[in-house]
Amino acid sequence: MSKSTITGPAISGTVAVDAKATRQASMRSLVRAVGMLPVLVILGVLIQVGGVYLTGEGRFMTWQNLSIVAQQASINAVLASGMTFVILTGGIDLSVGSILAASAVVGLLGSIDYGYLGLVLALITGLLTGLANGALIAFVRLPPFIVTLGTLTAIRGMARLLASDTTVFNATLPFDWIGNDNLTIGPVSVPWLIIIAFLVIFASWLILRRTVLGVHIYAVGGNESAARLSGIKVWGVLLFVYGASGMLAGLGGVMQAARLYAANGSQLGQSYELDAIAAVIVGGTSFVGGIGSIWGTLIGALIIAVLNNGLILLGVSDVWQYIIKGGVIIGAVALDRYRLRGSART
Amino acid sequence: MLSSPEKTLGPVANGGPAPILEMRGISKTFPGVKALNDVQLTIYPGEVHALMGENGAGKSTLMKILSGAYTADPGGEIRVNGQPVHITGPISAKSHGIAIIYQELSLSPNLTVAENIYLGREPKRGIAVDRAAMFSGCDDVLKRLGATFGPRTLVGDLSIAEQQMVEVARAIHAHSKILVMDEPTTALSNRETRRLFDLILRLKAEGLAIVYISHRMAEVYELSERVSVLRDGSYVGTLPREDIRPESIVRMMVGRDLSSFYKKEHGGGSAGAAVLEVAGLSDGKRVKSGSFTVHAGEVLGLAGLVGAGRTELARLIYGAEQHTAGTIKLNGKPVSFNNPAEAIDAGIVYLTEDRKAQGLFLDMTVGENINLGVIGRDSKLAGWLDRRHARQRSVAAIKSLTIRVPGPDMPVGALSGGNQQKVLFSRLLETEPKVLILDEPTRGVDIGAKSEIYRIIDDLAKRGAAVLVISSELPEVVGIADRVVVMREGETVGEVGGGSGVKVTEESIMALATGVDMGRVAA
Repeated sequence: MSKSTITGPAISGTVAVDAKATRQASMRSLVRAVGMLPVLVILGVLIQVGGVYLTGEGRFMTWQNLSIVAQQASINAVLASGMTFVILTGGIDLSVGSILAASAVVGLLGSIDYGYLGLVLALITGLLTGLANGALIAFVRLPPFIVTLGTLTAIRGMARLLASDTTVFNATLPFDWIGNDNLTIGPVSVPWLIIIAFLVIFASWLILRRTVLGVHIYAVGGNESAARLSGIKVWGVLLFVYGASGMLAGLGGVMQAARLYAANGSQLGQSYELDAIAAVIVGGTSFVGGIGSIWGTLIGALIIAVLNNGLILLGVSDVWQYIIKGGVIIGAVALDRYRLRGSART
Repeated sequence: MLSSPEKTLGPVANGGPAPILEMRGISKTFPGVKALNDVQLTIYPGEVHALMGENGAGKSTLMKILSGAYTADPGGEIRVNGQPVHITGPISAKSHGIAIIYQELSLSPNLTVAENIYLGREPKRGIAVDRAAMFSGCDDVLKRLGATFGPRTLVGDLSIAEQQMVEVARAIHAHSKILVMDEPTTALSNRETRRLFDLILRLKAEGLAIVYISHRMAEVYELSERVSVLRDGSYVGTLPREDIRPESIVRMMVGRDLSSFYKKEHGGGSAGAAVLEVAGLSDGKRVKSGSFTVHAGEVLGLAGLVGAGRTELARLIYGAEQHTAGTIKLNGKPVSFNNPAEAIDAGIVYLTEDRKAQGLFLDMTVGENINLGVIGRDSKLAGWLDRRHARQRSVAAIKSLTIRVPGPDMPVGALSGGNQQKVLFSRLLETEPKVLILDEPTRGVDIGAKSEIYRIIDDLAKRGAAVLVISSELPEVVGIADRVVVMREGETVGEVGGGSGVKVTEESIMALATGVDMGRVAA
């Protein structure tokens, strides 16, 4: 039975009304695509001008400083990419900071005896922890917040246990180039941290926009019961997003360890999950799932890094940095909701 | 397509009292659809006024404007007792003496009868609620209505009929003068219906005006002084009691003869091979025992009262829930699905009754919604999207089901109910199913789209598909189904049409659905 041969009666419709709706829809998606980019630009300009005004020199807009900002953003961008998958399904992953610490410890310990195998072990640690999160959420049907709150605590403890509650060092870390070297092609030289972050974001974009899995991720976040009824294996999607988030947290651990030649189970990655969530939400992804893009997350991660860096350059005290950062996060999201007022939902 | 009023009769020619409620020139526009267009309604005190119309005709919208849930477009006028009023919300509607009893009752089951009746108007002594005053204040009104339960009973412990009585008591207690009842008998047994009618007649005698929304001709005929009909958001006309005839009301509601509205050109009958056979299916809870057979090229109706377990039975077959007893056979082979994905792969699809909550992805485009069931199959390389193929599919589907949309990139949320339903249909059809389970396929769609959906169903049967249609609209079931299986309280209790020897009529279905001979009520 081929359905393309079924014909309905032709009744002239009200296409005029629909055409208007199309225009509104394309306008809305344009607004979404540009997203928070203006906020990023305005922040940059403000910090530059403020720097000139307060300190007499604009140190923010220099290649050297912008490269530092990008490096600082890179680990958060990797974590936030995984978080984007999770939040697009309507979930949350609070455990990424702890997973990062555990993976970094495993990576360093492994590297001492087995060299590069340490890197692989770190990624596997992240992946397995993420899959455990996903399994509890998909099969036991526990709420993501509760599950990952539990792993946030438990994995932090395991990281300390693995490191015997001390700091693990490896001065001859074989993959230290990840955190310290540049890829140089001709006159251009880019830190590997930035390249890895871009590769992760590009791969995430491919998955979200060019694969069946990506459509299914949006579908599960948009309407989980409809997704189930239309034959989508929701459990598979959930396993993927939490697995991916865990593995990317593991990659974050590798990047962090490679930079420091060291890992400390109790301090590394503390509250990184909050920065990752902030990047995703500031980037315009809906907290209830179904709407959002990886490019928004990139901009969100950059906004947070620019703030961190800029406030230090301006000589703002540590206490006020927190207050201002919190205000900017809430303000940016409020602005986003205001711009998109009248669109589907937030 | 449909004309403006064909027949407008003036008020009752008895020179009696002035109207208690007049609505004039009421229009309501939603994004993309005009739900009401210049509708009028005049109600007199002490009358039962039936409001009829197909689903989607605008009855609910009109009543929601009256109750303050919606605001009408500017230009219309509402008068209560001759005074123009501006209804801004539920509280202002109440203050004008308007009370509405919806199909889904709006009571708190965890509170007592008295607490529900006084909800929002609790008598106080100091800052504490004066429970004693509350209980004694309810006694009166409950006695007046002939209630058999007291004010201290928990509402959750009452039957649906008794809960309805609590709603009525609440309205009377708040000194309402206009009472709107939206299909109050849908979930009632025959005897409960009888008792409700007695109550309505008593209220009428006390001078209340009652707007009675119903699909059931017998009830309307028994109760009402006058009948107003809406069609496609427009006012068609009002008939006085002496002119109320089923044929004339149906013609006003549908705008044409029923025979051309429903479509049954497929061969029908049980001539084809048995495709889906269900025997004794149960989940141990809502579904006690479901048994039926659907043949290739046949449209089988599954009827029953709301809550009889039809949707639950469908979900068991489809693998959305797991059954604990019974068997399902597909083409003679026993099957059992752990999830809907397996059912779809086997060729069984299910159209949900709740399009927005369980069917559509409202944030996604029309094209994505159409393709969602098949993008996995279409993909040739490691889950890579075949976007060109997907686009061709959606464009073809939009054309073949005449979905009124400029292109596949529109968000599906911007479409009207009928077009949304066709998008869902497309998603199912793209999987090339052998068995279709359609749960309330025309719920909330306008009348034009309805007849198109009937045509799609008829075409499917013609092409050899086995179609199971779950519907609460009896005329629809009678109009499109070859046979009808009826469920009551979780069990399939009988069958009409086909080899059963009983003709498929609204009465024969209703008799099975309620377990009572409908002859007396339908008389």
